[in-house]
Amino acid sequence: MSEQVWPLYEVFIRTRGGLSHRHAGSVHAADDQMALDHARDTYTRRSEGVSLWVVRSDRIVASDPAETAAFFEPAEDKIYRHPTFYDIPDGVENL
Amino acid sequence: MYTQGLDKAGKNEVANADPETAEQLEAFQARIDAEEKIEAKDWMPEAYRRTLIRQISQHAHSEIIGMQPEGNWLTRAPSLKRKAILLAKVQDEAGHGLYLYSAAETLGVSRDQMVADLLSGKAKYSSIFNYPTLGWADIGAIGWLVDGAAIMNQIPLCRCSYGPYARAMVRVCKEESFHQRQGFEIMLTLCRGTAEQKAMAQDALKRFWWPSLMMFGPNDSNSTHSAQSMAWKIKRFSNDELRQKFVDITVRQADFLGLRVPDDKLAFNDATGHYEFSEIDWQEFFDVLAGNGPCNSQRMAKRRSAHEDGAWVREAARAYADKRAAQAAA
Repeated sequence: MSEQVWPLYEVFIRTRGGLSHRHAGSVHAADDQMALDHARDTYTRRSEGVSLWVVRSDRIVASDPAETAAFFEPAEDKIYRHPTFYDIPDGVENL
Repeated sequence: MYTQGLDKAGKNEVANADPETAEQLEAFQARIDAEEKIEAKDWMPEAYRRTLIRQISQHAHSEIIGMQPEGNWLTRAPSLKRKAILLAKVQDEAGHGLYLYSAAETLGVSRDQMVADLLSGKAKYSSIFNYPTLGWADIGAIGWLVDGAAIMNQIPLCRCSYGPYARAMVRVCKEESFHQRQGFEIMLTLCRGTAEQKAMAQDALKRFWWPSLMMFGPNDSNSTHSAQSMAWKIKRFSNDELRQKFVDITVRQADFLGLRVPDDKLAFNDATGHYEFSEIDWQEFFDVLAGNGPCNSQRMAKRRSAHEDGAWVREAARAYADKRAAQAAA
């Protein structure tokens, strides 16, 4: 195909105020404004959102799934970060 | 279903650079068996990836081609209300195609490659969209039967082992329900109308019944790749199970409409609790899949011309984006 390919954008939707944006899918677009328009037409035809983010897919930096275990390993042995690590005697309230 | 031609293509498509070890395959199957979702960048067997690319892209192509039989009635819908509804439905089909293309792209195939494969005829789409829509009642029959059959297949796909496909199907299923109900309502309105209107509904059912049953694909005994897809939890139910479920539900709806299902052997079996029905004309099914259905060439010609006629728009948008980027940089 001789045409230049439109870049890919990832689409994030805030479904209503108070909630964070959540990944919905992706769209191709020639520029940022078109990406927003396409995201609106593709992912919010039934009022699914009050706010949209689009970001060029090639700008996302992601962790490597093959390295998941090693990458997240530092958190594994620090169980003292969880409240359940601490024994509180019966009778102590509001803690 | 929308991916009936799945078994036809793509053996030995990709030369395997890294041979897959038994340990890798076992670990992968263990994840599947534990109902873990596989995500885009996770390790997966090449055959799993290829199967999904074929299935999801064929599904997407079906949505895109599926706009044509209904688009045929946009200018002739009987009222402004029906026209607005049909426009929304056709737009949904485009949306479904786009969700699915974007899910397939996560597997490493480009949008342009998929489109090129559709336009060259290399990729297949569902046989059902190669039948003509001859009257307004056909729009009712498509919503009721074709989208009804699609829902039957797509609900289990929401639990498919591949995360991006499963999530796309959740969105699709929410919207299909509107499609099916609007179709049934068209049929109901016709069936409650004049004798002539009811005859239109009957005629549409007569023509769309068998092609709808064919949507579920070959019988289980002839569906060679099903077992692997089941093991990978891409597929959750067999073709024949889903077809039977569809018949059981739909025959009762036809009874409600007062329409006759065009099958002399159709009978309820008290012992099994299911309807028995005639053998499908598989020759017709394979002919349509092979490209010899009533509308195959028309559908492809229209898709190709739409793509070619839109080329200048894509180029202009690109040129405009480049100009704006250059201005911003200056």
